[in-house]
Amino acid sequence: MIQIIKMAFRDLGRNRRRSFFSSLALGIGLALMLLMAAFIEGEVNSAMDTTIRLKSGHLQIRSKNYEESKTSLKWEDLVENPDQIAGQIASLDPVLAATPRLFATGIVSVRDESTGVSVYGIDPLSEANAPYRMGLLQGDFLSSEDREGILIGQPLADKLQVEVGDKISLSVNTSNGDVDEQLFTIRGIYSTQTNAFDNATVLLPISKAQAITKTENHASTIFILLKDKDQTDAVVTALQASNLDVLTWTKMNELIIQTEEMANSYMVLFYLIVLAITATVIVNTLVMAVFERTREIGILSSIGMKSRHIMAMFLAESSLLAVGGIIMGLILGILAVSYFARVGFFVGNMGLTMLFGNTIYTELTVADTIEITVIAFIITLLAGFYPALIASRMEPVQALRGGK
Amino acid sequence: MEVTKIENVTRVFKIGKVETQALRGVNLSIENGEFTALVGPSGSGKTTLLQLIGCLDQPTSGQVYINGKDVSKLNRNQRADMRRGTIGFIFQFFALIPTLTAYENIEMPLLLVGESPKKRKERVTELLEAVELTDRAHHRPDQLSGGQQQRVAVARALAARPSLILADEPTANLDTPNGKQVMETMTRLNQETGVTFVFATHDPRVIQYARRVITLRDGVVIENHAEKPEV
Ligand SMILES: Nc1ncnc2c1ncn2[C@@H]1O[C@H](COP(=O)(O)OP(=O)(O)O)[C@@H](O)[C@H]1O
Ligand SMILES: [Mg+2]
Repeated sequence: MIQIIKMAFRDLGRNRRRSFFSSLALGIGLALMLLMAAFIEGEVNSAMDTTIRLKSGHLQIRSKNYEESKTSLKWEDLVENPDQIAGQIASLDPVLAATPRLFATGIVSVRDESTGVSVYGIDPLSEANAPYRMGLLQGDFLSSEDREGILIGQPLADKLQVEVGDKISLSVNTSNGDVDEQLFTIRGIYSTQTNAFDNATVLLPISKAQAITKTENHASTIFILLKDKDQTDAVVTALQASNLDVLTWTKMNELIIQTEEMANSYMVLFYLIVLAITATVIVNTLVMAVFERTREIGILSSIGMKSRHIMAMFLAESSLLAVGGIIMGLILGILAVSYFARVGFFVGNMGLTMLFGNTIYTELTVADTIEITVIAFIITLLAGFYPALIASRMEPVQALRGGK
Repeated sequence: MEVTKIENVTRVFKIGKVETQALRGVNLSIENGEFTALVGPSGSGKTTLLQLIGCLDQPTSGQVYINGKDVSKLNRNQRADMRRGTIGFIFQFFALIPTLTAYENIEMPLLLVGESPKKRKERVTELLEAVELTDRAHHRPDQLSGGQQQRVAVARALAARPSLILADEPTANLDTPNGKQVMETMTRLNQETGVTFVFATHDPRVIQYARRVITLRDGVVIENHAEKPEV
């Protein structure tokens, strides 16, 4: 056995350049697969983190009647006395922040431009609003008492060609079904680095939002962030007593989870294509090696080497190619992944409704790395099977003659 | 006792619709310890006959016996088992494995019969001495002359102590001095160890080493000299 591996190793050394490039092909294939897996992982994590941070939080408490898709403002669909409830929840140990939010739909217009927006009534003092406060590019953040101030996202400001201090008109649906219109002053322009959100969301202090929508002392939801998202279930149990709905981030973001599953199944297709290409290269190399060595196979067979040992010799060659390729692939792949983990892929506005960062940072999991490496190794061995079979099926007489 | 016996052996090659009768009913037997030449013009069937005796090929009809065992109907693996340890081959071209050193080439049959490392080392050392190549043990075939390579092949053929060594025109690709050295090595080993040699040739200088000459023509034995006195 050791002799077989030794021979296989030396045989690969005979045509170093060809062996190297076959291994490299596998290495590049493997690196590509790792990068792709890391990209998907990064994208999904980014989507989930961004959505939790900006939109869903870890938990929300809503009225049992509330329907998110309708952005209802009827009192019976809203949470009453939200400050009090939020305060109680905030005192729970695992909770980082709990804050009431009021959601409404509206239209902003300036000069003859107008566009539909989501109106977020937020408590300017809450820590949960850090992403907006941190993302402030120009001007000031809202204050609780501000009755005329509004924050808008940077892409929206660009589209409307407005600056801090400009006035814009905002029409909002109200709880009794009317539309109310009022002039606001842009206090600040923010960016969360998430186009789909920044494009379509304006922020008001919640008290002002309640006033304009006629929903006094009501909120659409209590938005809750936890110190650790693994504590979600524990907090849900603690909150269950109330007659309100408690929604978890997994429940609210099912779409992202489904998207990840779908992306993973597309990945399999991508892997198959990459592996089919690298397998072809390996098969080609080994078939060439088999035919070049026809006579040697005849010699080995004539001195009594069994078919399965001849087969083992060629399988050992493909294993060695696979090992070489995998080492190169892991090095290349990990280098590429760590480069893009720092620098990121700029994806910009992909025109999707799903929220994720404008830059995707690759994230490679150990499980993905092991899985992809094992698959690449197995496919290479399978690819080596065919040439090995040809070699082992050669008749010694024919093999000896063929070499002359 | 006879090492091999051949009864009414024919071998027909078919390529497309063309049939070639390489052997048309050959009978012969070879005793233990013989040093026999198989002679005849090119195309007379020498190689084909050696391949049948060597269990590399199967006869179209007739029987081939090795040490009394009928080998004509064995499958590939059984034939490989038969070759290993029972038969040694020397080919016209220098049939060494190019990635292995002289030492490793000679060791190969011993590995295949599962000899212990210690015994392998002893045997290879002994054989390198016998073919006078001790100083070339760790050279690769491409670092050896044709004659040296062929002597390594002789040592390899002997390694697993087979009962029969078949050599197909072993000197055809060698110059006269090298050919002579290879033939003398074979003769000496035959005398020292008693192993049977059968070699195909059409070179008169080689035929003179033989103690018995079998002549083939068009796939039949036309002359079968009895044991002749030593040269
Ligand atoms: N594998 C083969 N296929 C077809 N014809 C063959 C094959 N091997 C040998 N022959 C034919 O059989 C005859 C005997 O060949 P061979 O045994 O090689 O003769 P020799 O070794 O005496 O020169 C020749 O006519 C040769 O062409
Ligand atoms: Mg011949």
